[in-house]
Amino acid sequence: MAKAVSPGVAALRKVVDDVHAKARQAKAEGKLVGWSSSKFPCELAEAFDLDVMYPENQAAGIAANRDGELMCQAAEDLGYDNDICGYARISLAYAAGKRASRKIDFETGEYVINPNSGKPLKGPDGKVIIDPETGKPKKDPKTLQPYTVLDDIYEIEALPEGREKELRKKAIKPYRQMQIPQPDFVLCCNNICNCMTKWYENIARMRNIPLIMIDIPYNNTVDVHDSNVAYVRAQFDAAIKQLEELTGKKFDEEKFNRACANANRTASAWLRVCDYLQYKPAPYSGFDLFNHMADIVTARGKVEAAEAFELLEKDLEQAVKNGTTTTPFPEKYRVMFEGIPCWPKLPNLFKPLKANGVNVTAVVYAPAFGFVYDDLDSMCRAYYKAPNSVCIEQGVDWREGICRANKVDGVLVHYNRSCKPWSGYMAEMQRRFTDDLGVPTAGFDGDQADPRNFNEAQYETRVQGLVEAMEANQAAKEAAEA
Amino acid sequence: MSIEVLLNEFQEVSEHPYKVLSQYKAEGKKVIGVLPYYAPEELVIAAGMVPMGIWGSNKKTISRAKEYCATFYCTIAQLALEMLLDGTLDQLDGLITPTICDTLRPMSQNFRVAMAGKLPCIFLAHPQYRRPAFGLKFCLDQYTNVKTELEKIAGAPITDEALSAAIKVMNRSRAARREFVKLAGQHPEAVSAVKRSAVLRSAYFMEKEAHTAKLEALNAELAALPASDFKGPKVVTSGIICDNPKLLKIFDDNGIAIAADDVAQESRAIRVDCAETGDPMQALCQMFADQDYDVLLFDEKSSENRRAEHVCQLVKESGASGLILFMQQFCDPEEMEYPYLKKALDAAEIPHIKLGIDQQMQDFGQASTAIQAFADVL
Repeated sequence: MAKAVSPGVAALRKVVDDVHAKARQAKAEGKLVGWSSSKFPCELAEAFDLDVMYPENQAAGIAANRDGELMCQAAEDLGYDNDICGYARISLAYAAGKRASRKIDFETGEYVINPNSGKPLKGPDGKVIIDPETGKPKKDPKTLQPYTVLDDIYEIEALPEGREKELRKKAIKPYRQMQIPQPDFVLCCNNICNCMTKWYENIARMRNIPLIMIDIPYNNTVDVHDSNVAYVRAQFDAAIKQLEELTGKKFDEEKFNRACANANRTASAWLRVCDYLQYKPAPYSGFDLFNHMADIVTARGKVEAAEAFELLEKDLEQAVKNGTTTTPFPEKYRVMFEGIPCWPKLPNLFKPLKANGVNVTAVVYAPAFGFVYDDLDSMCRAYYKAPNSVCIEQGVDWREGICRANKVDGVLVHYNRSCKPWSGYMAEMQRRFTDDLGVPTAGFDGDQADPRNFNEAQYETRVQGLVEAMEANQAAKEAAEA
Repeated sequence: MSIEVLLNEFQEVSEHPYKVLSQYKAEGKKVIGVLPYYAPEELVIAAGMVPMGIWGSNKKTISRAKEYCATFYCTIAQLALEMLLDGTLDQLDGLITPTICDTLRPMSQNFRVAMAGKLPCIFLAHPQYRRPAFGLKFCLDQYTNVKTELEKIAGAPITDEALSAAIKVMNRSRAARREFVKLAGQHPEAVSAVKRSAVLRSAYFMEKEAHTAKLEALNAELAALPASDFKGPKVVTSGIICDNPKLLKIFDDNGIAIAADDVAQESRAIRVDCAETGDPMQALCQMFADQDYDVLLFDEKSSENRRAEHVCQLVKESGASGLILFMQQFCDPEEMEYPYLKKALDAAEIPHIKLGIDQQMQDFGQASTAIQAFADVL
């Protein structure tokens, strides 16, 4: 049975499911569906009622569903180097038509089960049942999965109508991120990275579709100067013109204003939800926050997302009152998790944290998606401030602010092979965290989407080292107080 | 002077930039380090200072830079930081740090932090929308900032007259280098791959006027040569950089000529000139707007495959029969554009090979085998 979740969490899940369902429906009806980078100003697309899907979110979902490696390899087979961002590789493979699919026995029409999949079967006493023949744990037949194979929708499309075509269509994995419609246009904002520019250009070329681009050059100062604002503002106007041409509709200012109001409301609620991590013990874990990323990315311009986050806020308020938490262990240490998680390895990330009572009570995502503004110029400024487009002083200030407010004892830094702009000044940041906050830090090598770049043994050792340092810090503090 | 003497002089500079830097300092000149890509060197010259390109090093090992960046970063950027940290570049008076790729973005911060109180770092963010009025305006704002910071270092304002003169100096340098690339392609019997690189590389270290004068003399000698009877295969090189003499010696040892290049450190940097009339600051911005067919730059016609087709055209026009791509490790833009470059090359029936390189490589055994095998099929 699925774990019971709070009304807010259930509402948030529904919002994302609905956005995906609506996009699939739109595609089926012959309407335009776009793909957008996560920090593109969604308000622009909302003003044109466009259905938009988010490749970064999709790639994270595909990676979390354990198909990241297969899709990354598919991209590598297309010629994309394995040094390229894992999200980009997954997305480019998907754009090329590649899909993770279930292996079919074409004679029977059944899926071919992988005997190595599934979870161990447990008896009524809760103990694992051992197969007397093999001496190994028996598998719960309900949890066995078919083998995963790579398929290609364009190859399937080219097949003559018939059984094989139907079976292969149906065999594509059913989870929502593997069922996203192909794009009719792309919306790219490179405030996250310049890789995004090339990634979206590749999609545009691959599918021969229009690309609407918002360029945010890197910023070296905490302030966003008027010159930068004017540059982005002019691009908004150009993007609106392109969207008018694409849709054949006039820009609807009322809809745009409504989307802006929704986006602000969602962002504000999101920031307040993030702030609940300040409570000690926290009513939930930063890992839960990662799960709500899908909403803040795919639906922040929609009123439903704002309402769902407000509902979650109420759940959290109640949890604080009741002294409950979703973290399944007593909180002994509180840390900031720096960077994007290793989606394919979430359980492995969680394991040593749980074992040592380490709760993630701060993540950098809070300000990253907290786009709050009150007019067009401040909207430009808000979108100018993505984690990878700000100078080191701003980046440190954000993080140290959250670390202080959320009372962390240490910082765990993900050196993410997929994200050069993010990881590029982390070493200096680590030094500053220690100097400014007096907390220990530990770095580990990983990847947001490609499991091949994560070394579990190294991760566990680094977590252990961090825990020991936090322990020593705490002991020293207690001794000083005594 | 004979071709050989001139080539050796260029090689001496290319191999010993530290000596050149020390010499300029001894002459009382101020020197500004210029990192890749597309920094307006004209402004440095107009300020009466010497621009010195920093494209990593083939002779250093990454050690101190590890304090700032993880292993998965372009070695050009890491080695630039290494030289800033190990004292090699201590004599510089300033540093221009462009940020057009994902490594240079955070590295601009590392450079600034590491050099705090020691060396002024001048930040530069180019717009990816280069041609629309709003892109030109943003570029102008950025260049104006660079100009202001350079004026502080120079201790004097940069006049329009000085800038117009500097534009002429740079145009002449670019024209001479383009001419040299053409002549070297026509006369591989006279210009080896190693020497070709040394000539182009030394342009980043020498004062431009001096380099141009010497290069024009060399070009005149090359132009006067009888038609070449070179029979070996000719290729076009492509990539960010391929200036390691050990690597280029493989070409010479196997009788392979470089007919032309699509290399960022070489021809990509000198394709476009700057207008010599009108407002010189505007002209500099327009020059950046005119850049094209580069993996680092946004292509507004992105659904087409313009850059790859441009490279194919270059191969055909140069008379080369194949392309060797030097893929700089961890270079996202270059890696991202490879599949479509391959597609265009295959469609045009231009054979190519892709060789992974970085500036820490010392053993080119594998590259040698691959290049030899490639030459055999050409």
